[in-house]
Amino acid sequence: MTSETIFVSSTFREPEPPPVSDRGPVRWVRAHLLGTVPQVLLTLFGLWLLYVVVPPLVQFFLVDAVWSGTNRTACLPADVGHPVGACWPFIWAKINQLIYGFYPAGERWRVNVVYALGALLLLPLVLQQVPYKRLNAIAFFGVYPVVAFVLLTGGNFQLRHFLLGYLGFDALFPRVAPGVSVSWVFWTDYVLSSVLLAALAGGIARVVAGPDAVRGAVRTVATIMVPLALVLLAVDVNFGLEPVETRLWGGLLVTLVIAVSGITVSLPFGILLALGRRSSVPLVKICSILFIEFWRGVPVITVLFFATYMLPLFLPDGMTIDGLLRALVGVALFASAYMAEVVRGGLQAIPKGQYEGAMAVGLRYGPMMRLVVLPQALKLVIPGIVNNFIGLFKDTTLVLIVSIFDLLGAMRAAFTDPNWATPTTLFTGFGFAGLIYFVFCFGMSRYSMALEKRLDRAQRH
Amino acid sequence: MSDARLSDPALGRRRWSWTDPKLRSSVIQIVLGLVLVWLVWSFYANAQGNLSRLGIASGFGFLEDRAGFAISQTLIPYNENMSYGRAFLVGLLNTLLVAFLGVILATILGFLVGVARLSKNVVIKALASAYVEVTRNLPPLFQILFWYLAVLAALPTPRQSWGVGLQPLFGALGSGLSAIGLGFLGAPLSAFAADLGAPAVFINNRGLMMPKPIFGEGSGLILAALVLALVVSFLIARWARKRREATGAQFPVFWSSLGLIIVLPLIAAALVGFPVHMDVPHLRGFNFQGGLSVIPEFVALLLALSTYTAGFIAEIVRSGILAVSKGQSEAAHSLGLRTGPTLRLVIIPQAMRVIVPPLTSQYLNLTKNSSLGVAVGYPDLFAIFAGTTLNQTGQAIEIIAMTMAVYLAISIVTSLIMGWYNKRVALVER
Repeated sequence: MTSETIFVSSTFREPEPPPVSDRGPVRWVRAHLLGTVPQVLLTLFGLWLLYVVVPPLVQFFLVDAVWSGTNRTACLPADVGHPVGACWPFIWAKINQLIYGFYPAGERWRVNVVYALGALLLLPLVLQQVPYKRLNAIAFFGVYPVVAFVLLTGGNFQLRHFLLGYLGFDALFPRVAPGVSVSWVFWTDYVLSSVLLAALAGGIARVVAGPDAVRGAVRTVATIMVPLALVLLAVDVNFGLEPVETRLWGGLLVTLVIAVSGITVSLPFGILLALGRRSSVPLVKICSILFIEFWRGVPVITVLFFATYMLPLFLPDGMTIDGLLRALVGVALFASAYMAEVVRGGLQAIPKGQYEGAMAVGLRYGPMMRLVVLPQALKLVIPGIVNNFIGLFKDTTLVLIVSIFDLLGAMRAAFTDPNWATPTTLFTGFGFAGLIYFVFCFGMSRYSMALEKRLDRAQRH
Repeated sequence: MSDARLSDPALGRRRWSWTDPKLRSSVIQIVLGLVLVWLVWSFYANAQGNLSRLGIASGFGFLEDRAGFAISQTLIPYNENMSYGRAFLVGLLNTLLVAFLGVILATILGFLVGVARLSKNVVIKALASAYVEVTRNLPPLFQILFWYLAVLAALPTPRQSWGVGLQPLFGALGSGLSAIGLGFLGAPLSAFAADLGAPAVFINNRGLMMPKPIFGEGSGLILAALVLALVVSFLIARWARKRREATGAQFPVFWSSLGLIIVLPLIAAALVGFPVHMDVPHLRGFNFQGGLSVIPEFVALLLALSTYTAGFIAEIVRSGILAVSKGQSEAAHSLGLRTGPTLRLVIIPQAMRVIVPPLTSQYLNLTKNSSLGVAVGYPDLFAIFAGTTLNQTGQAIEIIAMTMAVYLAISIVTSLIMGWYNKRVALVER
């Protein structure tokens, strides 16, 4: 062995830290703010923009704002003695009009119950951790609209007759004294009609497909007629609520009513239209395509005009539809068409093997769609559906053009009050309404983005 | 064997089975067809009854009748003695004008903001994100009303108009510099501003006033020169592309075309002795006279539509650029291309493939949203026709159908053009 000294370090040396210019906050500032001359100029420009926009906004809405007062004199610079920013007492004075419209003060608790119930049902639906999603969805999309409808309108519609009555068999039914809470004529008619319908369906099924098909046909009729009976019963029964006409509704109430009914109606119809568009039956396909492309190709406001001014001309003489309901019909038309395109995207993303697999295990069209294709397709397009809801929510403002006072319309009406005519009233009102719209839309878009991320992770296995 | 099959009673029934797709399809079609026929017939019958009961005329004869209302912005000659048909045309042109300008503004703004959102600079990135979130999450009608009722109404009266031009700009710069103690810089600027002519563009609460060019005799030659320049530029571009594909040599197409388009009309104008002069607006009494005045409704609608749509375009541009993989720019850099050519020749052409289809639908949305101008009284197709004309004649069916047909036609034409473009830029796969 030679006695050469060889030094072998048994440990790694600590690496030298990178130069100051290339680490920590200095590096970050160089990379993100002040790297090159154009970067510096951009940063200066950005800071200048911030300086121009943010301090005046804070100054206007918070620092110089007036917070209390009873009329316009509270917000006039001449009376206050300093430059006046936002005139918040204007909003406090109009807040009931903005939230309830002209809904009678004594009945506003009903609107509050509807708001609270909606929030209560929606919250667990959007939170991922909460179980019973299916039950929750049925409650929100199926039960809640009926409850809200009865609460808001007052229910007690005193239905007169069902199918047989329209066909002219009125005389068959016994006359009942008026004032009875449930109309027995209607319900006798309903039960008889249902039985007749079931018998008819069973008979046709027996002729076309043999005796085995009778049970299925009758069951199909029952699954339509029983839930319908429950809905009609809720509308018919007198709960002792004061009726409130829809022309008294307004403000946020109308905005939310239109948005939620648009959402609940457009989802099932959109799915049906999307299926129709991909159907192999030529007439169904053509009708679906024409329907979807027509309503998507024209501006939303023309759809509302169509529903408000043109549709009544197409209805039988003497049949009038409530103004709000007309707008809702218009909303349902275009919302379904938009929804159909979103759902179609999902249907197209499902590989052909899924359809073939479902058919290979013997599923017919209905079960194949319900059990195999739609669950996967809808899950894929949930973010798209939520984005669609954002668009629908923004489009609710358009009803003010057909003289229905939604939040924006109520705000616009409030601007005309001479009691509150000050130089800053308009900016205050737009700031407040803008904040409400922004909170709703921004919230939904964040939710859709989070959902997209989660689904993306689930897709990537 | 085959005889036995035919006589099997079970087979006879199967021919009528509900599970037979052919039978099912024809039954569904017959039922749907009957329902449609009934629907159309009952609509028709009801409409007939309702119209005669309400005393509303039907047919398109009303288009020839005297309109009797004035329109605040007309691109073609119009007065209230002209027909509803003429008013329809005026409205259509107004719609196309605001849609065309809106598309251009929204595209420029949207591309700028979209690129800014991808910037490394955090301040710019945050500002661009804030812009996108605010514009996309507020209803377009809200934005139109905001610009019209709050912003434009708060502008000064005509007597205190804001002048737009070099003089006010330098004047403001000069006084600003003087105010922060840089008088030695500010004073000459103010003096320079005083030497400049008065501004020719004014903004006030009655809209935007600007000079109107008046074309005198011989202006046709200038127009001809412009057309010639455009044609020559087009030919140069074709020749340059062919030469590049054959030899790889580059030719400065953009600069040469720009030069042609500027120089040729200038030469023509010099030849005929500059027959164009400007009709500059000037204050007389309480309002401006002369020049071209743009109504505030148009300004509000244009601003709201283009800023709203720009938010969506920005997101489309951002995702389009992100869709081009990083390897593309790395490969371009390693071939020796600098940042500019890399963007122009490699990144943008590929990003456009992703950008164009959603961009088309945004253009269509902007065009359709221009009908919201009715809320502020901008005389577009919808306001004139479905608004005023419907009120006066009551012929809801014809008028709403015509309005819808126009928007549908615009939609169809746009999507045809964009489909053609999309096919041209689509990836050529082997």
